[in-house]
Amino acid sequence: MNMTRLTLKGPPPVPLEAEVLSPDVIASLRHDALAALPVFLGKRQRRLDDFFTIEGDGSDHLEIHGDMERVKWIGRGMTRGQITIIGNAGMHLGAFMKGGTIEVHGNAADWVGAEMTGGLIHIHGDAGGQIGAAYRGSLSGMNGGVILIEGSAGTEIGMRMRRGLLAVKGPVRDFAGLQMKGGTLFLLGGAELRTGAWMVRGTIVCLKPLTLLPTFNYACTYKPVFLRLYTRRLKELGFSVPSQLDVGSYRRYSGDAAVPGKGEILVGQP
Amino acid sequence: MAYEDKLRPQSSSMLRITGGKVYDPANDIHGEIRDICVSNGRIVADVAGGRTIDATGMIVFPGGVDVHTHVAGAALNFARAMIPEDHRRHPPYVRNERHRGGIGGATPTTYVTGYLYAGMGWTTVNEAAVPILSARHTHEELRDTPIVDKSCCVLMANNEILLDLLEAGEIERARHVAAWQIWAAKAYGVKAVNPGGVAAWKWGKDAKELFEPVPGYHKVTPAQIITALAGIVDDLGLPHPLHLHCNNLGAPGNYKTTLETMKVLEGKRAHLAHLQYHAYGGDDWFTMRSQSAEVADYFNAHPNFTTDAGAVLFGDTVTITADGPWQHLLYKLTGRKWGNLDVENETGCGIVPYVYKEKNLVNAVQWAVGLELLLLINDPWRIFLTTDHPNGAAFWRYPEILQLLMDVNFRREQLKKLPPKALKRIVLPELDRQYTLSEVAVITSAGPARALGLPHKGHLGIGADADVAIFNDSKDIARMFAYPRYVIKGGEVVLEEGEIRQIVQGRGFVVQPVYDKKIEDYIRPLFQQYYTVSFDNYPVEMERLENPDIRPCKPGEGNSRTE
Repeated sequence: MNMTRLTLKGPPPVPLEAEVLSPDVIASLRHDALAALPVFLGKRQRRLDDFFTIEGDGSDHLEIHGDMERVKWIGRGMTRGQITIIGNAGMHLGAFMKGGTIEVHGNAADWVGAEMTGGLIHIHGDAGGQIGAAYRGSLSGMNGGVILIEGSAGTEIGMRMRRGLLAVKGPVRDFAGLQMKGGTLFLLGGAELRTGAWMVRGTIVCLKPLTLLPTFNYACTYKPVFLRLYTRRLKELGFSVPSQLDVGSYRRYSGDAAVPGKGEILVGQP
Repeated sequence: MAYEDKLRPQSSSMLRITGGKVYDPANDIHGEIRDICVSNGRIVADVAGGRTIDATGMIVFPGGVDVHTHVAGAALNFARAMIPEDHRRHPPYVRNERHRGGIGGATPTTYVTGYLYAGMGWTTVNEAAVPILSARHTHEELRDTPIVDKSCCVLMANNEILLDLLEAGEIERARHVAAWQIWAAKAYGVKAVNPGGVAAWKWGKDAKELFEPVPGYHKVTPAQIITALAGIVDDLGLPHPLHLHCNNLGAPGNYKTTLETMKVLEGKRAHLAHLQYHAYGGDDWFTMRSQSAEVADYFNAHPNFTTDAGAVLFGDTVTITADGPWQHLLYKLTGRKWGNLDVENETGCGIVPYVYKEKNLVNAVQWAVGLELLLLINDPWRIFLTTDHPNGAAFWRYPEILQLLMDVNFRREQLKKLPPKALKRIVLPELDRQYTLSEVAVITSAGPARALGLPHKGHLGIGADADVAIFNDSKDIARMFAYPRYVIKGGEVVLEEGEIRQIVQGRGFVVQPVYDKKIEDYIRPLFQQYYTVSFDNYPVEMERLENPDIRPCKPGEGNSRTE
């Protein structure tokens, strides 16, 4: 398969906004046009080849090498193709994404997959906060698609998510599933405080003991059948999960009664 | 220097617009091909030299005048902060060598507001709701709103000093206080919003009945507030009549309140703001229907009123009004964000982002009512095009409304998208009227200029301000009015071929009504007692306004009385 390979020449001195790094933009471009694509270093417009060594013409598969910690908006709004990042990724990776695949062999910063509606993002390292979240002011966060994180994640992941699947293998911080409106959030490594605060719908599954808000009411202990489907799907996507996920029993809590909401938190029993 | 000379814009450019089809209804010109000449910022009979714009195949209009909009001040800033998602939806206005940057959407930033208005050929705007306490802020934002000329109306119908005076029956003193307050705010007119209702909202109540005392008072009723303020405005001789947002805005069945309000105002002039929101029948949201025919019938028979449509278009926007109780209800209906501001002793404000949906029965009725009023009110000189920006839709969507008014077939196509249930509750499908270009020139420019009492605006006669919009004569009405070929403001070509070419500074229209200076001795102790701001820091200084134009008042004459 034809591939476009970019290598970061060095970390930019200030954040670089590079939403042109998307298969939708580059697929039809020849090397020269690719090199001339605009990126913004702070407020100054520059060329893509000021910061990246570019090999090949544009294609649907973009492979980017280097520490992109300061490179923002990679894959913004992409609808197709694949981006593979060998290194770390900066903020807003795959924000507003509609389709295609992003794979990061490293860590990712905040706002991964924010307000995405489709596609797959797989982070093999840790991620920051606000994963799959709604941007400030927006009513809904991710509205479809899948985000898989092998490591840990920060605060407010899945904030206001409405649909889709978000799974984190490591621990996550406060306010996971804040104001969640739908979708499914797997917290396989547990979470810190105020999980599911103000959630109105949706499902949070946690395999570690969880300190719940007092506005979540215990409903029952049971073995949900639907988790078998999720387990199968996650394994198909290359995301290994503990066997406890589909065979274990769960304590079901409903809430958040402060809203009031009809969401659920399933806490796995040892 | 004579007053009219003071009004003269400072441009020294000379200009001839030739070959265009001119629509200047104020001077009884309806599509005649003739030259328009400009010198020193004004329309003149002839000009020797200067630039010539060949407007062959184009139409020439006087610059648009927006009689009711919300483009500056604390409430708008609050709304800007509340809807970052809306800013993201719209492309930013990127700075270049000619203009500054900013954001658009439902609440454009100050510079962009000026560019967007000028960008569709509108050159004068009236900010319709300014509390005195935030008038300084409003004027500073208006200063930063380029190109267009500006005026503003000060909020009074819930001012506690005035309400106390009306309660005590001291109308004469109330008139002096009102005049002092108008000058303190450097305002151009007086706005009454939900008279008594906003004051009551401070105790969680509303004023729904015109003839019942306002909660917290024993005697004064909304009807008394309305008549007193309308009388005060006429007595002071303000160029623009009382600008009235009636009680019970937005509520099903509120047309009765609107009719009662008009009866209360018998013999007094008034401008009824955003009439669309006040012409609903039904008993609740499930039975809500249009009552525009009854409202229009009464309105048609009473020439003492002008109004603006406050039309609604489907899509995202944000609602901003001093009508706090209504906004709380809207928040409860939507479950979305809600902002509430209290302006001590004077008024309040509510802000709720809102989406008008085609498939929503209530929204469909609202959409129809705005258009119905524009079509059922016979005299275009008394109803003007507005969306109560940004409440019904952003002002830059006016061309979409013009298309609906001018093309009955397009209107019928749009009607097919409404829920079938809605069609039984509106009269729009029965209306065949189509606006002519002359009528469009009236509702967008000549009419509002006359209602605002601005004799040098809204026409292209000799001596008028050289505010001119030149459009392609095209069948694509919405596009034609959205993208003028040329816009001339005060004699300068500010927009050409779709691009802002030059930034000029607009003027600020102000009135200085006469009052007894001793009234300050009455007001000062009230500040020490009730206000957190000191009396001396309260009035807005004249230097806050850029290019102020002080309009004369004609006490007792009511110099913009409608014909």
